[in-house]
Amino acid sequence: MRITQGTFSFLPDLTDEQIAKQVEYALQQGWAVSLEFTDDPHPRNVYWEMWGLPMFDLKDPAGVIGELRECRKAHADCYVKLNAFDSTLGFETMRMSFIVHRPAEEARYRLRREESESRLVRYTLERA
Amino acid sequence: MTAAGSIDLKALLAESGVGEVLDELDRELVGLVPVKTRLREIASLLVVDKARASLGVEGAKPSLHMCFTGNPGTGKTTVASRMATILHRLGHVRKGHLVAVTRDDLVGQYIGHTAPKTKEVLKRAMGGVLFIDEAYYLYRPENERDYGQEAIEILMQVMENQRDDLVVIFAGYKSRMDTFFQSNPGLGSRVAHHIDFPDYSPEELASIASRMVAGLGLALSPSAEEALLEYVRLRREQPNFANARSVRNALDRARLRQARRLLDVGQVDAAMLMTIEAEDIRASRVFDAAPAQDSVEEDPC
Repeated sequence: MRITQGTFSFLPDLTDEQIAKQVEYALQQGWAVSLEFTDDPHPRNVYWEMWGLPMFDLKDPAGVIGELRECRKAHADCYVKLNAFDSTLGFETMRMSFIVHRPAEEARYRLRREESESRLVRYTLERA
Repeated sequence: MTAAGSIDLKALLAESGVGEVLDELDRELVGLVPVKTRLREIASLLVVDKARASLGVEGAKPSLHMCFTGNPGTGKTTVASRMATILHRLGHVRKGHLVAVTRDDLVGQYIGHTAPKTKEVLKRAMGGVLFIDEAYYLYRPENERDYGQEAIEILMQVMENQRDDLVVIFAGYKSRMDTFFQSNPGLGSRVAHHIDFPDYSPEELASIASRMVAGLGLALSPSAEEALLEYVRLRREQPNFANARSVRNALDRARLRQARRLLDVGQVDAAMLMTIEAEDIRASRVFDAAPAQDSVEEDPC
């Protein structure tokens, strides 16, 4: 099952050149780019591990792509996403975030249905 | 080569706009003939490479890491910042910004602190020029636990593998840079261009001074110009002479004296406000010290 999270997730995976162009755009906007990885891509898991510190004051995507290659090498079996953070007043949040690496075998989830009091039904996503 | 396959290099040079930058360099920087010659050579090489690439002969990009050596105040930093613009116009670097760092920005204080610090600086410099001032401080042979060596190793790796992404310029005083490269032969061999910045002649310094004064919106009176030339001749013989930097300091002090003189006068006109007179310069202690030559102070002003 293909995990769809963040921008571009319904498109085929971006190539490194395409990622570099997105990073270029983010840097032009003055956003700081950072990398995060996790082995648990559950939609409720918002705490991914940071790959180093966010990269501030970059002018060129080459630095980000270098870090991305290293992160992929070290965590080939994890999901890696790239975030672009906008620090301007009023935003102070992620402006762009997309998955840049998936493990060879993607995580599988199933929907669990649970009967509760007075015919209430609860649904949970759990890892298969 | 057939006529159809021929290329007009002059047109290519004009098109890149590098000629303008080089002419600007000639106009704005006094002296520095060996530096300008080398810059022209590098520019020509890059233009010829571009021509080759347009014919489909794709060679590896030349290594343009440089080392600037020279005495204090000979314009190493100024040229480095121009270098970023030139390399950008020639299409050798993608962004053309300059990141100027010293030892403090590269070397950490604890084990494991250096590598992330150096890498961060390198990432910031990608697409532009990394200028390492007083680079010989990176290597401290007297302390074997010094983390400078780690920074040098990371630098070397990036200089070799990612030479498309950034150009590294080392700068420092000649003798100390020579020992630095001797003790780090790997680094020395990766730096293709060693450019030596010569000291300025008194006439060149005087011409630099008049440019600085013009930049401040002031002017030197003809007698002040003479006094300045004399000042430079005397100051050169004294210790701690830092070429253009000493001239700038001397001018700053002359401005102070001019301001005090004008306040004493009380009633001034525009011409007086704009002009530095000979007496502002001749009040310097350099002129007192000159005949005696026995007591030379730390920083004669």
